[in-house]
Amino acid sequence: MHPAPSVILFSVLSGLGFGMLAWLGIGKPPVTGMSAFIFFFVAYALSVGGLLSATFHLGNPKNSLKAFSQWQTSWLSREGCCAIAALTVMGIYAAGAIFLETHWALLGAIGSILSIGTVFTTSMIYAQLKTVPRWNHWTTPLLFVALSTFGGALMTGQVTVAMYGFVAVGLIQLVAWLTSDNRFTKRGSTLETATGLGNIGKVRMFEPPHTGTNYLLKEMVYVIGRKHAVKLRVIAMLLMVVIPVLMIAMGAGHDIKAVIAVLSHLVGVFASRWLFFAEAEHVVGLYYGKRG
Amino acid sequence: MTALPPKSDVKLGLVIDLDTCVGCHACVISCKGWNTENYGAPLSDQDAYGENPSGTFLNRVHSYEVQPEQGTAQTIHFPKSCLHCEDAPCVTVCPTGASYKRAEDGIVLVNEDACIGCGLCAWACPYGARELDKAAGVMKKCTLCVDRIYNENLPEEDREPACVRTCPSGARHFGDLGDANSDVSKLVQERGGIDLMPELGTKPVNKYLPPRPKDTGNEIDILAPLLAPIATETSGFLGWLDRTLERI
Repeated sequence: MHPAPSVILFSVLSGLGFGMLAWLGIGKPPVTGMSAFIFFFVAYALSVGGLLSATFHLGNPKNSLKAFSQWQTSWLSREGCCAIAALTVMGIYAAGAIFLETHWALLGAIGSILSIGTVFTTSMIYAQLKTVPRWNHWTTPLLFVALSTFGGALMTGQVTVAMYGFVAVGLIQLVAWLTSDNRFTKRGSTLETATGLGNIGKVRMFEPPHTGTNYLLKEMVYVIGRKHAVKLRVIAMLLMVVIPVLMIAMGAGHDIKAVIAVLSHLVGVFASRWLFFAEAEHVVGLYYGKRG
Repeated sequence: MTALPPKSDVKLGLVIDLDTCVGCHACVISCKGWNTENYGAPLSDQDAYGENPSGTFLNRVHSYEVQPEQGTAQTIHFPKSCLHCEDAPCVTVCPTGASYKRAEDGIVLVNEDACIGCGLCAWACPYGARELDKAAGVMKKCTLCVDRIYNENLPEEDREPACVRTCPSGARHFGDLGDANSDVSKLVQERGGIDLMPELGTKPVNKYLPPRPKDTGNEIDILAPLLAPIATETSGFLGWLDRTLERI
């Protein structure tokens, strides 16, 4: 799949932002006044900034409001509804913390659940697609939610939780990578099932339908990423998990080690998310002789 | 709503005969012609006369080579457009309700006035039947020429999809696949029509008729005895002429 920068930026930043909101909603840390303002400002900048960057991916954004209507069937619509609900509830909670120095615990807890729910709905947009076997698996929502939760823990200074959480993230990421590599083959879609000509013999593409490229090839038959996939996986794992865990273990607090941990984690998640798209193979590539 | 409608008895769709398709791409052109001038936004091209042309098409013809275990390979031309699936995954993923399946005849359509161009329906489709138009920013797909098949301003023989109307080899058929007695259903029955990628559970309405079995190339024609080589030794007048001319 085409790794669109706007979608990668959106899913990483808003994931982190909603993760922060989830922790702030349960009073960790129990900030009020000015320091609450700073925490909530960062969380909102990340989550709202991410959501805005996602709209750059749309071909026709003027109809965006209609995207809240189909929550009964569409994960993308559910994501929109969940995000607005989370941002509204947490906005009220933040106002209480900043201006009235009070924590409305129930409201915060609801906001926390909605924040994590938003990340879950984002992940299900990808995980629901049978056409992309690499994504169509329970590891996709688990990884998205874990990254958001423990990235948020790091950003809100819950370093011990973040350290153990990142170890879990590393394991989930490893399982996600190792189990997804042969899933396309295991699901059994081939050029023979795609054309129904398997009864006759082995099928290969003789001529594509057009000499140039098209939307399908640009969007769903992206093949550049796989060349360096192994190297990028190692880099992603080091930056996303290993370096932040080492920094925390070395006692990161309000110092340069914390800054390194956050930046390293962020760049690592970008690398992992880029691979998530670039490595994903859509079954339509079969028709163009680009799979298997 | 992007929920799928209750199962309809009428299932309009296409039956494509892979035995007779000659790969001329006339259906591709007539589809683009009709659909760029009629329903919804035109099908745009980018850099159409330049070095790197691309554009939106609702129907494309692939060509494949199939190699049986024994015998010669076959070239098979393979037109592909929306299959108007019964369990259309492109419909339920749509966040705005723009993508829908008609209850009355099963045609899958896009309401372009509600489409945000997110492209998720194209991701959900296994067949590459949907293309986001670069100029209009909305999703385009086969409408089964909904603006022809019910159009009483057209002569009756033209009330079928443009691709079917134009096919010079009669490889495309249009009809109600929900009616077991329709011509298309009988054709599917007789020729063993198949679904594409059935393992994905989309239940396509459109069917493909596999190529008929080909001869193996080892069979001896009934005229073969008449084709036996003539005598190498010449005799009679022609023999004398041959020998004489040889000597000159």
